[in-house]
Parts: sequence; C-alpha cells; structure tokens
Amino acid sequence: MLLSISWRNIWRNKVRSLVIIFSVALGIFAGVLAGAFFKGLANQRIQKVINTELSFMQIHNPGFEQSSDFANFIGNAQNIEDSLLKIPNITGVTRRMIVQGMAASAETAAGVLISGVFPKDEKTVTTISKKIIDGEYFDGIKRNPVVIGKKLAEKLNVKVRSKIVITIQDIENNITSGAFRVAGIFSTDNNMFDESNIYVRFNDIQKLTNFPVNATHEIAININDDENLSGILASVKELTGNKLDVKTWKELSPEMSYLTESMDMFMYIFIIIILLALLFGIINTMLMVVMERTKEIGMLMAIGMNKLRVFSMIVLESVLLSLTGGVVGIIIGAISSKIGETHPIDLSMWAQGYQQLGYDAFVYTQLDPSMLIKITILVIITGVIAAIYPAYKALKNDPADALRIE
Amino acid sequence: MNNVIEIKGLTKIYNSSEIKVKAVDGIDINFKEGEFTAVVGPSGSGKTTFLNMLGGLDRPTEGEVIIGGVDVWKLSSRKLIDFRMNNIGFVFQSYNLIPVLTAGENVEFIMQLQGRPKKEREVRTKELLEAVGIGDRIKSRPSKLSGGQQQRVAVARALASKPEFILADEPTANLDSAATVGLLELMSQMNKKFNTTFIFATHDQRVMDKARRIVTIEDGKILKDEYFERE
Repeated sequence: MLLSISWRNIWRNKVRSLVIIFSVALGIFAGVLAGAFFKGLANQRIQKVINTELSFMQIHNPGFEQSSDFANFIGNAQNIEDSLLKIPNITGVTRRMIVQGMAASAETAAGVLISGVFPKDEKTVTTISKKIIDGEYFDGIKRNPVVIGKKLAEKLNVKVRSKIVITIQDIENNITSGAFRVAGIFSTDNNMFDESNIYVRFNDIQKLTNFPVNATHEIAININDDENLSGILASVKELTGNKLDVKTWKELSPEMSYLTESMDMFMYIFIIIILLALLFGIINTMLMVVMERTKEIGMLMAIGMNKLRVFSMIVLESVLLSLTGGVVGIIIGAISSKIGETHPIDLSMWAQGYQQLGYDAFVYTQLDPSMLIKITILVIITGVIAAIYPAYKALKNDPADALRIE
Repeated sequence: MNNVIEIKGLTKIYNSSEIKVKAVDGIDINFKEGEFTAVVGPSGSGKTTFLNMLGGLDRPTEGEVIIGGVDVWKLSSRKLIDFRMNNIGFVFQSYNLIPVLTAGENVEFIMQLQGRPKKEREVRTKELLEAVGIGDRIKSRPSKLSGGQQQRVAVARALASKPEFILADEPTANLDSAATVGLLELMSQMNKKFNTTFIFATHDQRVMDKARRIVTIEDGKILKDEYFERE
C-alpha cells in the first residue's frame, strides 16, 4: 500500500508533479540522444579509420613502425599472406610497401606517405576504392597510375590524368623519381588523411626503388567481425611465430580505442550534470510536499507508521516522480535514437570543421541498451538522494505538534 | 472492571521564553475497561495535552501512564510507535484521513501496518464500515464524503487495530448537529458492542450528555470526576 500511497500522492498536485516529470524527461531525453549521438560519432570514426586507414590488424617487421626504415621489411610476404587467408574469419589480406616521399605537380610539391598496394587485394581490406569521387581506382591509366586524396589534388592543383612526380629514396638510399598520372581522386571525409596519403601500384613503386618482389613493409588484415579480433590475433601471432609485430587497430591507434570510452564518459558526465541540476528541483518539490503534509505525516506517525515507513514513503514518492520523468525521457530518447540510426543527423553546416577532425558530417546515432539501464539506475539514485533531506525533515516532525496544525 | 489506564502524577511543563507553563499539573486518574468518558474544561485547561500524553504522543515532564501494565513513557520511541498502533485508537477533530486512499483503504491501512493477512483485513474493513453505517462508501475517497461520513471512517479506522481504548480529541467540533448526534450514537453503540473504552476531550454539551463519566480539568488539574447513569 505504501507504493500505492506514494504513487497517488504524486498526483495530488498534478501541475507541480508534471513540471518536475517534464524537466526530468527533457533532461534524460537530451542525455540519451546525446549519448547515442556521441556513440554513433565515435563508432563511425572508428569504422572509418579501420576501413580506410588501418584495417583490423597489421603485421610489420619489428621496429618498422617506429623507424619507418625502408630496408626493414618482411621477406617472405607471399607465404604469410597465403597462410593468413586460411585462418577462419579473415576476409581479406593485402601487403603494402610504405615509403615517405614528395609528390610534385607542375605548380607545387607536398610531402606524402606513399602506399604501394595490390589494388585487387587492397579492395578486400580497405574501402578507398569506394571513396573515389573522380576518375577510377587505378583503372583508365595504363602506366604508373596514382590515386590521391581530394585535398592533395587541390593543394597540387591537379585533376584526373594530370601528371605528378613522386620522389623517394630507393633501397640503397639513392634519391629516385618517377612520373605518375592521376587515375582517381578519393575523399574519405578526413582532410588530413586525404592530404597526406597517396596510393600507387606495388609493382610500379617496387621497380622504382628496387624493393624485393616478395617483400613487404606491411600486411593488412580484414576480418568479418570485431568480436573475433582477439581470437584471430592469437592465430596470427601463432602463425608468425611471434617473430613479427602483430597489432590490432586498438594498438595501432590507441586513441581510437579510447574514443568510445571517452565518449561514454562524456555522456555520463553530461547526464550526471543534468541530473544534478534536476536534483535541486526535486529536493525543492519534495520539501514543499513534506511541509504541506506536516499534519498528515504527524497523523500517520501517531496512528503507528514508524520512521522507516515514513522515510520509505517519501523516498518512494521522490523515486517514482523522478522515474516517471526518466522513463518518459528514455522512451522518447530511445525512439529518437532509433530513428537516428536510419536517418542521420545532418551536420553538413559544420562539415568542414568535422572533416578536419576526421568525423562524418552525417552522424548515425547508435543506441546502447546498457546505457538505458545505467541511466535508469542513475535516475533512481537521484530520486533517492533528492528524498533524503525532505524525509529527514519529515522524520523530525513531532506528531503532537504536527496534529496541532490547523 | 480492570483498569485499562493508570495515570500517576502526570505533569507537563512547557518552557516558553523562560516562562514555565504548567499545562497539566500532577494528575492521578484511572480509566476502566468500557468507560465512555468526556474530559471537559475551558480552552487552555490542558485537555488536549492530557490526551496527547495519554496517547503516547506528548512526553510528560513527570508522571507515569500505565496502559495494560506497560509504562508507555519508558518505551523506546520505536516501541512506542508500535504500542500506539496496537493499543490506542485515535479520532481527530479534523478527521485526518489519508486523502489519497478510499474509505476502505483508510481503515485497512492500519491493519496492514500491523501486518495482518489480506483476507482478514478485507473482512474487518467491510464489517467496520458497515457497523459505522457507510458500508456503501467503501470505495469513496474522503473528498467525496461529508464531514460526518469522514468522521465515521475515522472511527472505523480507530477501531480497526482492536485497540485497548480510543482517544477522541474534539471529534464533533467540525460537525453539524445531525452529524454530531449520529456520530455520538455510533460511538456509544461501538462502546457497548465492542466494550471499547472511549475518552473524549470536548467542549460539546451533546458529548457530555452522552458520557457516563465526566472529568473536568481546569488549570491542568482535575476539578471534578463525576459518573452518570445513561441509557
């Protein structure tokens, strides 16, 4: 009956209760939607980094990552690649030659990171081929095609079929150059990446640098599901006999793995700030409730309601008040977030700024059901905390004094 | 008949702004089972304070209140609440029903506090509300009942816990004549039917006319303690 009394008590002053419920609902709705937005933003960024830049896993010769030494390569790359493809859940493997150099057009030059790739294999690991906005992915140009980012194309003032000269050091540290023709221009929504990365065919750059044919600097691996990452990592490490550096995207780019955690943290800080602000509103309401009902609470204590029950009644009332708003907010927030999963939030107004940071201008929200449970718990805790002081005030009532109130 | 309540040297002194006010001044009195007593006296004579101390609501400065052999003011505050719940029924001047509960729920509530089984609670609630003449209003909220009907619910609630006695502080003060007569008749019937001891604090002559014992208090002391034969 205590629950029933508490619930009915909420509706004694409908307007006051509805104001609080609406405030809580609005705050929680904002929190849920913001949480889903940040989660979607972070996951889109991570997916994009995995799909365009990192792949799920990479293998290097020890020390290459730190020094980028051109001569520090994996020798028997083809054998490793063939063996990797036999591991279950690996959906693609490609090898790359990685070299830093300079790309020059007729007008200007820029420092770039050149990836010598096998276009067909690269398509099984990264999605650069799908990001082509002009020209073709290595097609249309027979000799020395190059695929460059949109930003670099703008910087070098080149178009499809324009010629650029790539200058690099060969295996013997001699400076060497080669003329390449732009086959395609890609755009990944990450301006920094687009400005500093170019793709050429492995064979073309291999000839230019005298790099061993069966060697590679980097083996990139694609898998079917991030859930299988740790299992595949163990298999790959076993395959390479722990002689090579095998790293997942989380190790290759630790900031990416922290991104989700930090977004979650921001979301909880955001929700806690909202709830803290609401807390004072609820305390105020509950204090009014207790003061208005001093006589009634005194009567309840007189007829035999002990302090624990009076305390519980007030706490229940506060929790039900908060929870009603919380549930409404969660439902509206969850529906909005679900809609946002198929209808992205359009931030194209600020697209340039977002793309500078590597984020999409269209953000698909991602609702995490566990977040809803945690928010519900936070709302309940808020309700309990909000009731403590008013309940304490109520318990301070002396039944005899309370009953004298006219 | 056995004494239900024994009061020895009951005194209450209020300290306000260094002026000591003796609201109740060393009262010794006993109440027997089944008595129908009116405690009367002018405003400020100490009737309500006396009743509050008797009901375990207001701690006396001195003296003892022994109910069924238990010195109530020696109980811990927790035990005192339970004692009140199980031994004392209260009827207040302004009814003091729980507005969000129906008449039936108001009566049932105290039995739920006592931890009685649901079936027993439902049967007793129905019986009591029928006994006080508003069995048909069991599902009505207090706001839908007249003052007289609300006070009848309050009487049913006071009886619900099967108390040793019922304390009623000015129970007719907010009622019109017809409702007052009806309520007094009802309480008189309950007194006879259940042999429940009733103690009223009142100014109301109609209550005094029904009471079989009238205790007159003035300046915190018992001025008169008279017994009457009534039908």
